[in-house]
Amino acid sequence: MVWRRKDLLGLRNLSAAEIEHILDTAARLKTIFDRPIRKVPALRSKAVFTLFYEASTRTRSSFDTAAKMLSADTYAVSPPTSSVTKGEGLMDTVLNLEAIGADAIIIRHGCAGAPELAAEAVGCSVLNAGDGMHEHPTQALLDMFTIRDKKGGFKGLKVVIIGDILHSRVAKSNVWGLCKCGAEVVLCGPPTLLPPELAAMGATIEYDLDRALEGADVINVLRLQVERQARGLFPTIGEYSYYYGVNTDRLRLAKPNALLMHPGPMNRGVEIRGDVADGERSVILEQVRNGVAVRMALLYLLLGGVEVAVD
Amino acid sequence: MLLIKGGEVFDADNSVLKQSDILISDDGLIVDKGRNLECGPGTEVFNADGLTVVPGLIDMHVHLREPGFIHKEDIRSGLAAAAAGGFTAVLAMPNTSPVCDNGAIVRYMYDKAAVVDGARLMVCGSISKGLQGKELSLMGEMAEAGAVAVSDDGRTVMNAELMRLAFQYAGRFGLPVVTHCLDENLAANGAMHLGPVSLRLGLRGIPGSAEDIITSRDILLAEEANARLHIAHVSTRRSAELIREAIRRGCRVTAEVTPHHLTLTDEAVEGYNTATKVSPPLRSDMDRLAMIEALNDGTIGIIATDHAPHAVEEKMVEYDLAPFGLIGLETALPVLLTALVHSGTVPLERLLKAMSAGPAAALGVMGGRLSVGLPADITVIDLNEEHIIEPSSFLSKARNTPFAGWKVKGRAVATIVGGKVVFRR
Repeated sequence: MVWRRKDLLGLRNLSAAEIEHILDTAARLKTIFDRPIRKVPALRSKAVFTLFYEASTRTRSSFDTAAKMLSADTYAVSPPTSSVTKGEGLMDTVLNLEAIGADAIIIRHGCAGAPELAAEAVGCSVLNAGDGMHEHPTQALLDMFTIRDKKGGFKGLKVVIIGDILHSRVAKSNVWGLCKCGAEVVLCGPPTLLPPELAAMGATIEYDLDRALEGADVINVLRLQVERQARGLFPTIGEYSYYYGVNTDRLRLAKPNALLMHPGPMNRGVEIRGDVADGERSVILEQVRNGVAVRMALLYLLLGGVEVAVD
Repeated sequence: MLLIKGGEVFDADNSVLKQSDILISDDGLIVDKGRNLECGPGTEVFNADGLTVVPGLIDMHVHLREPGFIHKEDIRSGLAAAAAGGFTAVLAMPNTSPVCDNGAIVRYMYDKAAVVDGARLMVCGSISKGLQGKELSLMGEMAEAGAVAVSDDGRTVMNAELMRLAFQYAGRFGLPVVTHCLDENLAANGAMHLGPVSLRLGLRGIPGSAEDIITSRDILLAEEANARLHIAHVSTRRSAELIREAIRRGCRVTAEVTPHHLTLTDEAVEGYNTATKVSPPLRSDMDRLAMIEALNDGTIGIIATDHAPHAVEEKMVEYDLAPFGLIGLETALPVLLTALVHSGTVPLERLLKAMSAGPAAALGVMGGRLSVGLPADITVIDLNEEHIIEPSSFLSKARNTPFAGWKVKGRAVATIVGGKVVFRR
C-alpha cells in the first residue's frame, strides 16, 4: 500500500486497510527494539516538534523515543516556556515552527479540532497526540496493535471499554478503529458519562458492568478524572468504584484469556484494583512499549522515511 | 421625482405580485402607483423590467458593534452592508461597550446613523443595566430617545423575577421585550448542539432543552403580564411547538428564525469551521425542518439574520475559543431565495412578508407596505441573478459566514430608503 496522507488527525477518517498498514509497519519496526543498537537512519535530518498544550508523560516521551530511534531530530515546545504565554495563538505558533524547519508537528491540545486547524495552516505533517474530547489516534492504534499481537486479529472480538466515555478521546478513537476492523465494541459507564447518542458511532451501550463483561475478549479500563465528581457527574468516587471499578471477581466474568488494558495514568483503587492492574491478564506495560513502535510507524509513513532493512 | 417602472410589485395586503409602476416624490413618499404611469420632465426613471419590487426588507436582529467593537463592524459599515443585502431598516442589539442601557447611548447611535447613506437604524435597548441581569435599564429614557424594543440578546436574564418585572415595566413604554432563550447553566461551555455530531467531534454540547426551558418561561411570564414578547432566533422543534400553543391561547408572542437555522444543521460543524459557531447553535435536521414548518404555518412570522460580525483573527482560532456569531445581512436574501423559494419549500410571498410586514408589526413600526402616502422604503430584487457568495466582496467589515462559496440565485439589485437609492448593484 502506498501511504498518501500528510497528517494523522484521527481514526474516523482512516480506512481499515490504512489502519492495518500502520500496524504492519509498526510490527516490522518493532524488531529494532531487539537489536544491539536501537537506532536506524530512516528519518535522518528530519525535524520533529512536539507541541503539547496539556500535560503528558507517556505520549510525549513515546513520540520522542520513536523519532530518535529513527534518527530524527526532536524538539519539545512547551506552552509554559514559549511565546504562547505571550498570547501567541496556535496558528502563528505552528506557522513559526514550520518556518524554523519542522517536518512534523505533534500536537496535544485541550480543544477538539486544534490539530485540524494546524494541519490546514501548514504544509508539514501534523500528528494528533490528543485533542480535547475528540480523538487520540496513536493511543487507539497502540491499543489495537496490542490486541492484534495477542489475539491475531479483530474479527468477532468483544472489546469492552469502561469509564468516562463522554470525555474520553481514547475511547472515541478506539471505537472508530475497532469497529472498522470488525470488532464488537461495548461501552460501559454511568449514564452521566455515557450518553446514548454515542451508539451512533457503531458501539453498543451497556450501563451494567457485569453484563458488559460477560464473554469479553478485551477489557479496556479508562482513567476516571476525579475532578468530574465536583461537577456532579457522579456522587462519590466510592460509588463509582463500586459500580464501575474492575476487580478480580468481575474479571472472572470475561473470557479466561481476556486481555486487561489501561491507557494510563491509572488511579489504582478507583477504576481498577492494583492487583488486577499488576495481574497476569494485564498487558498495560506492553501497551506502552508497543506505543513506541506504532509512533515510529506513523512518523516513518508520514515523513516518507528511507526504506529500513528489517526482517 | 423617481419612477420605478415596469417591475412586478409585491402587494403585501393581497399577497400577490402584479405589474405596476411606483412614483416617488422628492420628499421621499410614494405618491402614485399603477400601470403605465406618466411622468414629467426631470423625473428619474428606474427601469425595473424583469425585476421584483417589494416593501423594504427589515432585519430586526443585527449587531452593529458600535460603540465599543468597531474593529468588528461599525454603524456605517453595518448599515451599508444592510443596504447591499436589500434591507431598508435594521434593529441594532444593545450588547455594545458601553452597553446601550440608557438614553444617551441610544441618541449617540442615532446621531451616528443620521450621516450615513444606508439602511435606517432602529435601536434596541437592554433589559438590564450592563446586561448583568440584576437591575432594569432606563427603559423610559431609552424609549424617549427612540429605542423601539428591549433585549439582553447574547445573554439570558436568568433571574425569572427580574424578567417578570421587565415584562411589566416595558409595557408601560410600549416596548416589546425581545428574548434570547438559553438557560446559562444547561448551555455552560457548550460550543455546538448536543447530539451525535457533538459527541463525534468531541465538542461540548448545548441541549435543545436549554432553549425550550427559557422559551417556556418567557411565554408564561409575558402571558401573566399581558406583555408583548418577541422570541429571537428560535432553533428547536419543541420551542416552535411552545410558541404555536401560546399563539393559539392568544398570547401576544411573535418569533423569528434565522436563515442559518432554516438552511444548515449541526453537520455543518464537521471540519471545525468556526463560522458555524453560533448561539443558539445549528441544530439537528429535525429541528431545521420544524423551523420551515413553523415559518410556513405562521407560527414564526419573521426572518432575522442575527448578523454577528467578528474580526477574521478572532475566528481563526480553536473552535472552543472562537466567539459565537455569524454574519447574515449580505447573504440572507440570496440564500433564502435559493434554498427555500426556488426549491419550492417556502412560497416567495411568505418569505417577503417574514422579511418586511412581519418584523414591522412585531416592532410596531412603519413598513411592509407599498401604499400611496407612505415613505418609499423599497427593495428591488432580481430573482434569477446567479452568483457565488464571495465574502471578500462584502461591505460588512466581517467575513464570518458559513455560506462562502455557495452558488445562489437571486439578490437585491437596488435598495431605496425614503425615496433615495442608497444601494445599487
